[in-house]
Amino acid sequence: MDAVRALIQRKIKNLRLLGVPVLGMSADLLIGAGCVAEVHSSAVSLGEAGLAPRFTEAAERGEIKVVDYTCPAVHTALQATEKGVPFMPLRGVIGSDLLQERNDWRIENNPFAGSKDPILLVRAIVPDVALFHARWGDEAGNVWVGRRRELATIAHAARNTYVTVEELRPGDMLEDELLAPGVISSTYISGVARAEHGAWPLGVADVYGIDDAHLAAYAAAAKTRDGFQRYLDEYVWQKKKNSLPA
Amino acid sequence: MIARLLGDAAHVAVGAASPIPATGCELARAQGKRIRVTRLHKRKGNPFTEGSRELFDLAGQGRIDLFFLGGAQIDGEASINLVRAEGRRFPGSFGSAFMYFTCRTILFREEHSRRVLVPRVEFISAPGWSPPEVERRGGPIALVTGKALFAWQKDKRRFRLESVHPGHSADEVRENTGFDFDAESVAETAPPSAEELALLRSSVARQLASDYPEFAQRVWG
Repeated sequence: MDAVRALIQRKIKNLRLLGVPVLGMSADLLIGAGCVAEVHSSAVSLGEAGLAPRFTEAAERGEIKVVDYTCPAVHTALQATEKGVPFMPLRGVIGSDLLQERNDWRIENNPFAGSKDPILLVRAIVPDVALFHARWGDEAGNVWVGRRRELATIAHAARNTYVTVEELRPGDMLEDELLAPGVISSTYISGVARAEHGAWPLGVADVYGIDDAHLAAYAAAAKTRDGFQRYLDEYVWQKKKNSLPA
Repeated sequence: MIARLLGDAAHVAVGAASPIPATGCELARAQGKRIRVTRLHKRKGNPFTEGSRELFDLAGQGRIDLFFLGGAQIDGEASINLVRAEGRRFPGSFGSAFMYFTCRTILFREEHSRRVLVPRVEFISAPGWSPPEVERRGGPIALVTGKALFAWQKDKRRFRLESVHPGHSADEVRENTGFDFDAESVAETAPPSAEELALLRSSVARQLASDYPEFAQRVWG
């Protein structure tokens, strides 16, 4: 989230966001701040805190382009890139309106079936940049994401991967058998920056939890443009990191 | 009632937006039912080590028997819409377009109104049925709302009203449902027993509090 706040401070424009497989508060902040042209995602929401208000308004007013996915199709498209193949098949989806007006998904017949067996083919997605927060980086440039292996898939598929980390560790985590399965090798990493408490108000497993009160307060504040601007002033421009908005 | 609907399912998965279905599943477990309940957004001790993609791989292989889906709109052919309706934008389809094909599915929506239960959804996130050539192991089995329980009749592609919750009537259900449905012998939904209520308020409430904090606070305080 520190990286998201930094992007807003730099007044970046025309981002195309891909949710893997969904988006939340980071996307809502970027959309509200005018940084986003397109959203490709299976959903955008604040979880238990409800609708993502800036996304909802921008989508309803047609201010951003929204391309709707379904979660496994995003994973499948990135796994295709990971393997260096142009597409991958996925069951389900046939008959859904998600298929309307898009040329990156096609229904073809399973070439190995003896009879009619339509199946969806999902074109590979190559993100320009993968951006996420992780617990540890090390001297060798590796990043530890633990069980969050979908982050490894994004890193494998993206042209560039930038990571903020809670903590920098000495040494090389790939030499530690217990840590190695949760590591993304430096092969895939373009840059690492330390950002302590950098996921806040979201959480990092076993380090700090989601700040539910802050998320609920954000959801309420961002219902209006004015409320959202006040939130940006306080938490992005003034860089406050306390839990509850004034 | 959700606990009673689980049938012979051995592995049930429950999503982030489904605190009531999660409550039903945990109640069944607290009553001693041998059932694996995978709560997708468990903040601690989450069952997945391959990220959320593992859920879809599990479902694709047929390792999840039962799932819950909702909808901004649900229609008489059991198609669901999680994208847009009446000019309003909703979060999106999530995994519905895949999970509905791979798991037996209980449709769940607390609000029972003509706004939600419509003749035809404006956008099909996931269709209620598929032509025979489309491989589909899963699909709807029931629709549960705040007023009633409907069974899905796959052969007729129509819902049948099974029972009406205490305090509501079959006429009220008809009045508030935008699609046509069958209704032969409609029972009253049996309320939870004293024993079930006690479990809900003690061990089940404790289990859910950490993953659905807002819901737990609202219901159990």
